[in-house]
Amino acid sequence: MKVITANFVTCAVKECKTSPTSFPLHFHDAELEQQELNFQPEFIRNIIPRIDWEGLRVTANELGFPSLPESKPEGEALNNEQTLQDLHRLLMETQVMEGKLICGNCGHEYMIKEGIANFLLPSHLGKRNIINQQEVMLANAPSSLS
Amino acid sequence: MLPTPDTSHVSFDTIYEPAEDSYLFLDTLSSASESKWLTERFQPSPTTPNTVPLIVEAGTGSGVVLAFAAAQSQEIFGRRDVLTLGTDVNRNACTATRETVTAAIRSQQQQSVSAAHPPLQSVHISSLTANLCTPLRAGSVDVLLFNPPYVPTEDVPQLPSAAQNDPSSLTASLEQSRSAKFDSDSYFLSLTYAGGTDGMETTNQLLDAIPDVLAARGVAYVLLCRQNRPEEVKERIRGWGGWRAETVGSSGMQAGWEKLVIVRIWREV
Repeated sequence: MKVITANFVTCAVKECKTSPTSFPLHFHDAELEQQELNFQPEFIRNIIPRIDWEGLRVTANELGFPSLPESKPEGEALNNEQTLQDLHRLLMETQVMEGKLICGNCGHEYMIKEGIANFLLPSHLGKRNIINQQEVMLANAPSSLS
Repeated sequence: MLPTPDTSHVSFDTIYEPAEDSYLFLDTLSSASESKWLTERFQPSPTTPNTVPLIVEAGTGSGVVLAFAAAQSQEIFGRRDVLTLGTDVNRNACTATRETVTAAIRSQQQQSVSAAHPPLQSVHISSLTANLCTPLRAGSVDVLLFNPPYVPTEDVPQLPSAAQNDPSSLTASLEQSRSAKFDSDSYFLSLTYAGGTDGMETTNQLLDAIPDVLAARGVAYVLLCRQNRPEEVKERIRGWGGWRAETVGSSGMQAGWEKLVIVRIWREV
């Protein structure tokens, strides 16, 4: 999972979507791996417009990357090769292999294993669940039945 | 014809093997009319910043469709620079997709070196174990692809638990008994086709998410079979207000009707 992913995901719990604290999800115990990729300044320049800069600064900080510029590079700053290289390294070359992403609103922990994050919710938080509805009905049944 | 991404590394015990519906997706995206439409849609304009598109496939299975979109991004979107992200409820499918997409990009890059074309830059950023688009941020998706479980069935199977998708339990499955493995494989395969009432239960969940998850310039491609009643689905989408839905690909005539269609869904601009 490349670091840029954290800029596009949020908590999978529906009720958290409207809460500003559900983005970005917070990395904990992250194990990183660098994968070398060809640096294409134009590519990074055209990715910047779609980046939520505040969110990325939080992510970069949690992963121990030197702090990014305070505001999103624009105009002349987009020609700064060093900034673009730093972003390339962080967004494209850095992969999170192990660890978790935690929602700042509900506290739910999404585990990352071998580079794949698991956003499936336990049944009481997800919607679709026929078998578990039955379980809930049984659990709510009068105790004489159990 | 553009090359079909290689999926020879994929074990199809729990993953849908590319079939007629998958190939209809590839043919539709790369058709002259669709690639022209997409290329115009994602061309940089003087008024908007030139922004790299994010292509998302929900329920990637082997990853063959997403890999095709990534590797052939120049032919389909008129861009050499797309980002791809895939989701699937089966962790095995996520692992397979990561391999399929990165290999397809690599193979295309090697060919363009010899052909002296500008190199392909597209990058696969993630495969996530997730139900449809549930973890994605509002307005983040430029192109959404969905080949659903569309077969009408009595029930939709329950989604896998975290434990069923744990890499250690998936490895342990190698040692389980034949009948236990058969049950587990059949369950995961049922997730790839069982669509519940009218075969539409999972597709309806995805359709509901479209207005939220698609960017303003975003577009979704959803495959439907005849039993899903595509004409009614399109009418429903048009009823959202400000949305359009058209059939842009089809295959297999059955009693005068197309068996499978691909519907393009987008906002009026």
